[in-house]
Amino acid sequence: MTEDTKIGGASGKFPATRWSAVLAARSEDPEERTRALEAIAAAYWKPVYKYLRVRWGKSNEDAKDLTQDFFAKLFEKSYLDGFDPQKARLRTFLRICADRFASNDAKAGRRLKRGGGAPHMPLDFDTAETELERARPAPQVAATEESAEDFIEKEFIRSLFAASVEELRSFCESRGKQVHFRLFEIYDLENDGARPPSYADLAKEFDIAATDVTNYLSATRREFRRIALEKLREMTVTEEEFRREARALLGVEAE
Amino acid sequence: MNWLSDEAIARLQSVSALPDLSGTRYRLIERVGSGGMGTVYAAEDSVLGRRVALKVLDLPDVRGELSGRLLREAHILARLEHPGIVPVHDAGTLADGRVFYAMKFVQGERLDALARRIPALPGRLRLFQRICEAVAFAHARGILHRDLKPENIMVGPFGEVLVMDWGVAKILREESETGRADSETPKQASSLLSAPLKTEHGTILGTPGYMAPEQARGEIESLDQRADVFSLGAILGFLVTGEKPVGANAVGQGTTEARMSAATSVSINTAVTAPKMLAAIASKATAQEPSRRYASASDLAQDVARYLDSLPVTAYSESMLEKALRWVRRYRVAIGLVLAYLLVRAWLLLWLKR
Repeated sequence: MTEDTKIGGASGKFPATRWSAVLAARSEDPEERTRALEAIAAAYWKPVYKYLRVRWGKSNEDAKDLTQDFFAKLFEKSYLDGFDPQKARLRTFLRICADRFASNDAKAGRRLKRGGGAPHMPLDFDTAETELERARPAPQVAATEESAEDFIEKEFIRSLFAASVEELRSFCESRGKQVHFRLFEIYDLENDGARPPSYADLAKEFDIAATDVTNYLSATRREFRRIALEKLREMTVTEEEFRREARALLGVEAE
Repeated sequence: MNWLSDEAIARLQSVSALPDLSGTRYRLIERVGSGGMGTVYAAEDSVLGRRVALKVLDLPDVRGELSGRLLREAHILARLEHPGIVPVHDAGTLADGRVFYAMKFVQGERLDALARRIPALPGRLRLFQRICEAVAFAHARGILHRDLKPENIMVGPFGEVLVMDWGVAKILREESETGRADSETPKQASSLLSAPLKTEHGTILGTPGYMAPEQARGEIESLDQRADVFSLGAILGFLVTGEKPVGANAVGQGTTEARMSAATSVSINTAVTAPKMLAAIASKATAQEPSRRYASASDLAQDVARYLDSLPVTAYSESMLEKALRWVRRYRVAIGLVLAYLLVRAWLLLWLKR
């Protein structure tokens, strides 16, 4: 492997210690706690918003308010203290909380007041709405636990991968590896329904050797994988939970 | 932020799951299958121009526990050079931090799928003998498989048998005790092998229906080769009847109690499906008490060989009638020839007297 393809850390390995947002959300340190809750909100606000829109049929305005209220309550009420990774996945826990939240809201016939401990982060609802419109076939959630779980899982993976792609972009740009990222984008992100261009065509387009295309793609994919798994780690508590979630994320469930 | 379509997500999952083989001699061909610890891929060894199988951990392993297990399995396979055990070629860490080992690419079929298509019982029993031989070899090398079952046995196109998946194998004793010089085992491999698999007493490894009762109880310390004999007996039962043992479908799941109830002697419906002798052999191999089982896989194989040769088996006491019938079966060709001779002779005598 040439030095040029080394865009990540040494061997893409993980540090021996890691930060779990779920654990940190229970921290006594308010700064640590806020940082953790913001990380969880960043990963889950879009799946929750889309879930409220699709499963509960909320209007976009109601879904926006409910999503903000939901994460505000999550911050204020220490909902996460009741989460036990031995009993459920975090996304299942959040989905059930969201169901109760939406149900209570419907019963009360009014939107809950937004609390003071809301996350200090911009939630780009317009983008989330556009994503719902672009999805083909149109997303649906049947009235079953399984269907709801599948929807949240799929949207969580989409959200986590999208955040990972953005981090990868910044990472590549900061190291002058724009060609690496562009190749990754063309080959792995953009060619829906079409045959990907050949390595020879890409080599010609970017004026590099065909072997460089292979190496650049390989290095960029490795970095993407590392970033995605690191983000996933933040959303898990135990190593066993992480392994289980990672296998689901990568679609490598045991047969 | 770019929106990711379902197709893009599927592609990202696929490229993220694939092992990063850059910097190695291997070129990826296709995914073969996934297990609890990792995934097996078909790859081409670009140096030797041959196909190999790569077993790769699905994830980098922070605690080193799974990496250690995979490398330990590779070292165990390296120690077991036998035609009935898949040979390992190489082991290491990929650029993405995942541990792997390369082994022979086995073209064939799993025993559980193949067995039903071998119509003749003797054919299935000869396969079973080869399995016993491979397991007996491992025992002689001081290694216990602990997860023998039809799903972990491959049968090649020429009837060659390969015992796979030594991931939970137990080292019973070190090489020096088996007559092999210590100097043959490099220091690093030796330390990896001597490091026990993290299976504390009470840990249950194995497959319900195929694992011995003492294994199902988690009595790790006291396990010996008779635990594998139990699994071989359960495999024999499957090969004879085509039916999996009770509880065999609950692979890797269930409570200790459920596993325990599944770890019962193999009972074969002799009236319908199998000769009494084979039923007795399977029953002896799967006795609840290890002391009542065959002492070794070789002893079990020998009893099956005796059955195939119509000789008395150690597991079954015959009645006089059964002895006579077995004797007739054993010498049926000679008896047939003598009878034919006598009939011709009688016919000739009668014809001459006319």
